[in-house]
Amino acid sequence: MRGYKSVVEIQFDGFVFPAFNQITSQLAKLTYRSEGFSQMPIVIRIPYGGGIGAVEHHSESPEAYFAHTPGLRVVTPSNPNDAYWMMQQAIESPDPVIFLEPKRRYWQKGPVNLDVSPMPLHNARLLREGTQVTVLAYGPMVTAALQAAEIGAEEDVSIEVIDLRSLSPIDYPTILASVQKTNRAIVVHEAPTNVSLSSEIAARIAEHAFYHLEAPVLRVGGFDTPYPPAKLEEAYLPDADRILEAVDRVLSY
Amino acid sequence: MQETAKLAVVTPQPEIPMLQLLAPDGTYGVPKEYQRYGEVIETLSEDDLKKFYRDMARIRRFDIEAIALQRQGQLGLWVPAIGQEGAQIGSGYGVGHSDHIFPSYREHGVAITHGVELMSILKMMRGVNHGGWDPEETRFHLYAIVLGTQVLHAVGYAMGVKFDGLVGTGDKDKDLAVISYMGDGATAEGDVSESLLFAAVNDAPVVFFVQNNQWAISSNIKDVTRVPLYRRGEGFGVPGMRIDGNDVLASYAATKIHMDEARSGQGPFLIEALTYRIGAHTTSDDPSKYRDEAEVDEWRAKDPIARFEVFLRRQGISDDFFEEVASAGDALAKDIREQTFALTNPPLENIFNHVYSDPHPEIDRQRQWLKAYEAQMGTHE
Repeated sequence: MRGYKSVVEIQFDGFVFPAFNQITSQLAKLTYRSEGFSQMPIVIRIPYGGGIGAVEHHSESPEAYFAHTPGLRVVTPSNPNDAYWMMQQAIESPDPVIFLEPKRRYWQKGPVNLDVSPMPLHNARLLREGTQVTVLAYGPMVTAALQAAEIGAEEDVSIEVIDLRSLSPIDYPTILASVQKTNRAIVVHEAPTNVSLSSEIAARIAEHAFYHLEAPVLRVGGFDTPYPPAKLEEAYLPDADRILEAVDRVLSY
Repeated sequence: MQETAKLAVVTPQPEIPMLQLLAPDGTYGVPKEYQRYGEVIETLSEDDLKKFYRDMARIRRFDIEAIALQRQGQLGLWVPAIGQEGAQIGSGYGVGHSDHIFPSYREHGVAITHGVELMSILKMMRGVNHGGWDPEETRFHLYAIVLGTQVLHAVGYAMGVKFDGLVGTGDKDKDLAVISYMGDGATAEGDVSESLLFAAVNDAPVVFFVQNNQWAISSNIKDVTRVPLYRRGEGFGVPGMRIDGNDVLASYAATKIHMDEARSGQGPFLIEALTYRIGAHTTSDDPSKYRDEAEVDEWRAKDPIARFEVFLRRQGISDDFFEEVASAGDALAKDIREQTFALTNPPLENIFNHVYSDPHPEIDRQRQWLKAYEAQMGTHE
């Protein structure tokens, strides 16, 4: 309102909820309520997801709450190059952006290409071409999806991998083009699957690509439980094996 | 105080210092310790005083008409501010012309002191829109329905003003401050405590104006705080004072002085304006269920408008003025009634406008869908 572009950092995913009212009820709605008189160009960085052996409230995936909220944009990079460019695009946006950072990938090194202009913030990226099944992943699960595709290839299963990058809005044209080609889809995330991003994406694929599907859209996610103690998280979190198990199921229809 | 035997069961209450320049009987006097507030009143012209009266009377007439409009089904809800006109008009005029105001949803009086159209408030309460005025142009930000949220916005805005270097420059045309209005109920919200802390540690140029109307819907002030509200900021480092909120002159002087101080870089301040909500919390509330009519009568006798009228008449203001104000009130009531009946529904595309500032594929798709659906189903005007 005062003309600043604020970039705020929530320390951990599970710590965002004290600010939830201000984010979902105030920040997300102010442009709408003011009929465009006020803009809210605020970026909220939230390190999210598990896999780091942390104590409670440090490993959650709250993205569905924010993606469900009209007025917010929600994005999540999966690699250093996207993290670099998507942050700058998020700051450029006149709308509030929830910027989810897969914290267990903070140590992942990768090249950042400063010479090529980035793709639009809300576009998904086709990371690996395949013909038999599309695996849709985002944030920390992109690495697991690529591993699954690698292993699949050794067993002559051709897996296409798409990094969604944006969770609100979702790039359906890219998703549907892929599913119309492979005829099968699996959505992967760490969050509980009940009423999740994967629920929505599965519904939309069914709505728009029904006659292309050879099998129902399957979901691979965390269980519908609170995030478990760290010594159990390996069994809680999806990984390449869990994705491949779903690949086997989707191919057996 | 001679009847000690009768009072023995009552917890002794230390006398709370309170700025009052105009007693309920209309007597004007400046206590020695409040001399600088009295000096501010000395600078007011007769026209200023008439303006205070005119606006208090105007907003009360408006309020009564709005209740009637709600009862006739013309408004979804109405939030009466009857009894609080002294706090609101006095304080509103104490806010400078470059300052920013963050109200709750009961600040109709403050709104008119800063150029917000009364019809804008009615449109919002009718459901034509959620806001209705330009918060940048009026510097009167949108009503906050979730109480307490606006106080954080005010402090954040004040921190922005400080980042801009517009505090304490000594240039009266450049410097500005921020004021946040809230009720006694909102002070129990976590947002308000966070606001006091952030304001204090950042020396934000902000005044917290608490209208203690003594009832947070059905919760009485006695049941929700152990320490008087003017002291709520102390532990955070925000000094405060209590004023008689039914005294328009005290409300003006206190707001003027403490906004000037905030603007000049002296940090945040809290004003507790003791007042009373004569009407219901909203038109959805029936206060007779939880409070005695005797208490309401006691506060009716402390009415802010009646006491100011006595004061003005003693100043030599003639009958003509009061008759003119009364007939202006009748004209206003007629006018807003007609304008409300003439309101049309907003266009359907307003559902989708301004959800985002940049284009959004889902919103665009749904906008197109509704348009096609409506075309197929016939007109929807």
